[in-house]
Amino acid sequence: MSPQHLAAPVLAASDSEHRTISLVLFALFVALTLWITLWASRQNKTAADYYAGGRAFTPLQNGLAISGDYMSAASFLGIAGLFALSGYDGFLYSIGFLVAWLVALLLVAELLRNSGRFTMADVLAFRMQQRPVRAAAGISTIVVSIFYLLAQMVGAGALVGLLLDVDGESAKIWTIVAVGALMIFYVTVGGMKGTTWVQVVKAVMLMTGAVVMTVWVLSKYSFNLSDLLSDAADKSGKGDKFLQPGLKYGATTVWSKLDLLSLGLALVLGTAGLPHILIRFYTVPTSRAARTSVNWAIGIIGVFYLMTLVIGFGAAALVGGKAIAAQDKGGNTAAPQLAQELGGGAGSTGGAVFLAIIAAVAFATILAVVAGLTLASSSSFSHDLFANVFKRGKASERDEVVTARYAAVVIGAVAIVLSIFARGLNVAFLVALAFAIAASANLPTLLFSLFWKRFNTVGAVAGIYGGLVAAVGLVLLSPICWGGKTDTLPKGNVDALFSETTVAPIPLQNPGLISIPIGFLCAYLGTVLSKERTDEKFAELEVRSLTGTGAH
Amino acid sequence: MTTESSGPGSASGGLDNAAYTQMRQSPEFERLRLAFRRFVFPMTVAFLIWYLLYVVLSAYARGFMGHKLFGEINVALVFGLLQFVSTFLIAWLYERYARGTLEPLASSVRDTRTGGGAGATAVKDLKKGETKTETKSETKSESEEDGA
Repeated sequence: MSPQHLAAPVLAASDSEHRTISLVLFALFVALTLWITLWASRQNKTAADYYAGGRAFTPLQNGLAISGDYMSAASFLGIAGLFALSGYDGFLYSIGFLVAWLVALLLVAELLRNSGRFTMADVLAFRMQQRPVRAAAGISTIVVSIFYLLAQMVGAGALVGLLLDVDGESAKIWTIVAVGALMIFYVTVGGMKGTTWVQVVKAVMLMTGAVVMTVWVLSKYSFNLSDLLSDAADKSGKGDKFLQPGLKYGATTVWSKLDLLSLGLALVLGTAGLPHILIRFYTVPTSRAARTSVNWAIGIIGVFYLMTLVIGFGAAALVGGKAIAAQDKGGNTAAPQLAQELGGGAGSTGGAVFLAIIAAVAFATILAVVAGLTLASSSSFSHDLFANVFKRGKASERDEVVTARYAAVVIGAVAIVLSIFARGLNVAFLVALAFAIAASANLPTLLFSLFWKRFNTVGAVAGIYGGLVAAVGLVLLSPICWGGKTDTLPKGNVDALFSETTVAPIPLQNPGLISIPIGFLCAYLGTVLSKERTDEKFAELEVRSLTGTGAH
Repeated sequence: MTTESSGPGSASGGLDNAAYTQMRQSPEFERLRLAFRRFVFPMTVAFLIWYLLYVVLSAYARGFMGHKLFGEINVALVFGLLQFVSTFLIAWLYERYARGTLEPLASSVRDTRTGGGAGATAVKDLKKGETKTETKSETKSESEEDGA
């Protein structure tokens, strides 16, 4: 009973029509972004151009690019689907994703912009011995980015099957390869400048698509939100429960409620530790521009998540949960199906056209996000691992950029191969895991580096590895890997990675509640157990981060 | 460009460690740090508590959250929308505070600086001049000119 198997009849009617339009639109997007990338490549001369887009973007451009990096398929298709199938619980996700930006705005963005150059590790290693801290930060960056990449690329493979109705494994594999090849091209050729413009184009497309859908749905209910909600609740067959928290998260017992808290904590603390988000702050000329671009991003992302509420409930009301679950039990096709319904329903030309547009927007979304992730991990490999760990800070900038390009090819290739192997698995949890690692490994070290005078090398290394191992280890012991019946999964988990019947030792699906305190604790203990003091470098970091003196 | 690489040991940005230590001890810097922390730390605690309250109520107070206020609009929906409102509000407040208070303080710290390499200083002075005039014009009109 795979989703694809059930899918055929629903979208099949208008198939050839919407598939052609969809492919044409998507080809236009690819052509435009390839042209941008080639244009950008002619302007890339220095390392600062390659890593940080020459630090010449305006706050609005960077705000759009941040939004483009952040609004992944998981937030567009995933959250809309969550609203459509589980009602209110979609809000728990999107609110966590949004509030998280305040951590980035108040505690991280400007200070990072003022004191770092190209990567997250520039700030983490600022006061410390370079090699051990950069090695740890580089590994953590690459792990977070690869997990996030896998979730996006496997998602892309599944999406093509659903939206273009091409069945079979080879279609999935070819999609993954094509997405991977394009992202490698954007990053190696365009560098940060090209990748940023790809994000900007994608963000504008996604926002436009979402605004049109939102206004269209609301107009069907005379712009009365209450009527929309009541219709959605009626059609869902779950009545008032559909409009209250708890259908999906924290439904029953103690553990499932803790799991909800754990998810909330990882979402709100993870964003400010995501490497592909942090390097965006380097693409603007000043700390003021970094702050303003985060404010633009908060505005854009906030409005976007408010729209996903309407789109998701609109899908529940106009398409109906049954039709959506029949297409994809995760609800990922809720938004495209709503588009088809709005355009005139299955079989109509309007339905085919609007479905095609939204499908093309979804692909553009995935493509832009994977490019951002590849750039972050290859930059960190080259600037942190190659230049500072292997070459001990003696690599020339030219060598660094060349290495970054090779690293992008290798990381991209690894991601393609892993995604092909993982294409049959349920990897949606990897996005939440990436947030949990970012919150447990990167954020404690980042905050202690910026604000705690006593913090030192052992503390930084212990914090990063401690948080990383705790987050990944807890997931390996969780119901995601062991599918036996637990409090959080009363029916067991048939998608479990290792075993469907063995009971998981840790009933939490989200590790954050335990791994984030472990990350902070390791960073603290490592620090006090080591005699090293970094007071002088802390003075420099504090002055530079707050005043912008000596900023690159 | 090799001078830019932030290798271990030497301080970059045209100043040595002693100069930074000195700057850090200046009363101007103390004022800046205090002003920064006085806004940022309480605000962070406040929005985290406000957000966690929302998550905890969503997990443990389902009856309260499901209480209908008008039409189909219940407490949970209003509480969620208020999270958006508070996020936008805090972002706006911080932008205002940074422009009105933090940026002038930061430029006063940079003004106290005496040492530094000639080339770097010239560039910095240029930047400093820009920031100053910007700050002055900003106090009159709170426009988002950077966005244009």
